[in-house]
Amino acid sequence: MSTTASTTGPDRLDQRQTTARRLPGTLRQGLVRGGVELLQFVRERDSVIFGFAYPILMLAIFSTVFGDDDPIVAGGMTVSFAQYFLPGMVATGVMLSTFQTLAISIAVERDDGTLKRLRATPLPATSYFLGKVFLSLVTVLAQTALLLAVAALAFDVPLPDDAAHWATFAWVFVLGTAAGAVCGVAYSSVPSSGRSASAVVVTPLLLLQFTSGVFFPVTQLPGWMLDLSSLFPLKWIAQGMRSVFLPDAFAAVEPAEAWQHGATAAVLAAWLVVALVVGARTFRWRRHDDG
Amino acid sequence: MLDGMQTSDPLAVRVRGLRKRYGSARSGYKDAVAGLDLDVSRGEIVAVLGPNGAGKTTTVEILEGFRDRDDGEVRVLGEDPRQAGRAWRARIGVVMQDSRDMNELTILEKVRSTAASYPDSRDPMEVIAAVGLAEKARARTRGLSGGQRRRLDVALGIVGRPELLFLDEPTTGFDPQARRSFWDLVTSLRDGGTTILLTTHYLDEAAQLADRVVVVRDGVVVATGTPDTLGGPGARTPVVAWDDGGVRRTERTDLPTAVVGRLMAAAGPGGEVPGLSITRPTLEDVYLSLIGESSPTDGVGTDNSSRKAA
Repeated sequence: MSTTASTTGPDRLDQRQTTARRLPGTLRQGLVRGGVELLQFVRERDSVIFGFAYPILMLAIFSTVFGDDDPIVAGGMTVSFAQYFLPGMVATGVMLSTFQTLAISIAVERDDGTLKRLRATPLPATSYFLGKVFLSLVTVLAQTALLLAVAALAFDVPLPDDAAHWATFAWVFVLGTAAGAVCGVAYSSVPSSGRSASAVVVTPLLLLQFTSGVFFPVTQLPGWMLDLSSLFPLKWIAQGMRSVFLPDAFAAVEPAEAWQHGATAAVLAAWLVVALVVGARTFRWRRHDDG
Repeated sequence: MLDGMQTSDPLAVRVRGLRKRYGSARSGYKDAVAGLDLDVSRGEIVAVLGPNGAGKTTTVEILEGFRDRDDGEVRVLGEDPRQAGRAWRARIGVVMQDSRDMNELTILEKVRSTAASYPDSRDPMEVIAAVGLAEKARARTRGLSGGQRRRLDVALGIVGRPELLFLDEPTTGFDPQARRSFWDLVTSLRDGGTTILLTTHYLDEAAQLADRVVVVRDGVVVATGTPDTLGGPGARTPVVAWDDGGVRRTERTDLPTAVVGRLMAAAGPGGEVPGLSITRPTLEDVYLSLIGESSPTDGVGTDNSSRKAA
């Protein structure tokens, strides 16, 4: 925007006399940050393999191992293992691409000086988060699309063919993504350093995967564990996704014997609002021990 | 010459009675900055010198708006950094110590994305060329040497066309040639109208770059002046030294030629004065005497040895 004819010598860097120009808009800077985030993401191959491909690999491995020998039956309906496993992997992918990616990357960037450097510029904090959310959106959309494609093409999972199920998918997906993203921002202040971030973020999420009905039916869990998991978003995203990808008869084997769409929306919306408020209050540009 | 429209204030930085302490009620408080005064005029390069823990970095971070202060008055480009907003941020540039962020981006990507936050940024490629990284513009930052990384830091600090640039120990780890070219870059920025506040450990760097040197010790300014006059006229008095029958004799005098004449006369025609030398204290000598031997300044009642490194 300000390219001048290139001259030689030190006067290339002349201080320009300007009247006050307007600062670039928050949204525009957010898009620039989004581009930066995306570039960094695709260049860090390990994060692509482990974060992005994890649910897809899990679906492929589990479905291959258990195959069709082990169909799941409920209410007189039979579904393949892959079909039963798919909703949990969609839900896991949402939490990985939002909560886990954001919480770890913000904690690391607080540690390695990225946040301090950005704070030295006029970049609004909102633009920084817009960039993060942009990356989460792109990865979660690509990841979910790939997951559904692998499920349908490689494992013959029937996908819904009516608008009502896809509408349910859309709002659970959007609400889950939004809640996961703001929870990730809020949680990023918990790890005391960038080095500890992975452990502090991954471990609770991994535990939740086991207790939220992602890997095996929640009916096999003790009641207290299920109650505890019901406090967190993952259980509700997984349940919402089951209502999309499993036959309606499977509602009968849910703990509440229903899909509970109302409760799902309420819990996810509550997390969204609470994490937004908490995140806005607790977000730190610097480490705890740094002045 | 450059402000005109911004403000009639000739000072880019004005600090009075700045105080910052660290610690807690339990472990006791330490004053990192203990009543510091500092003025930087527009268009000037000011070097802040001082030993580790003198309060240099703490002071600079307060001016940059990164740290809060406990007491004192601070104006940077006419505003209090504590309350200053994005428009103010767009007018200052910060070159950090020890950055290791965003390693997967190329130099050009980093400079370009940073430029996008400023209302009137410089052309990213011109800035990269000015810091001598044109050939590396499309290389990822992960593979850069320490000196190249510092020059990239400078590029990021100046791409927004700042009126005031903070350089925190910019040439640490540079080889002599890289330091030379870096000094040329800083001088060209000043010639272009940028005000520069520099902290450094290197006396030759201060002598080379600074219009004015400020020596900080124990959180207060103990001396200020141009590199040639720092410490007052007495500090530069030449010293004549010679051997007198195996004993080293010295004489501090403003008239060294007269002393030498006297010695010559004593030695007789054609006689040699053994071990004769005339030395003028260097900036380093003056600096060392300022931080080592000057009397403790008031307002510093704490234990220096355990003070938080600043």
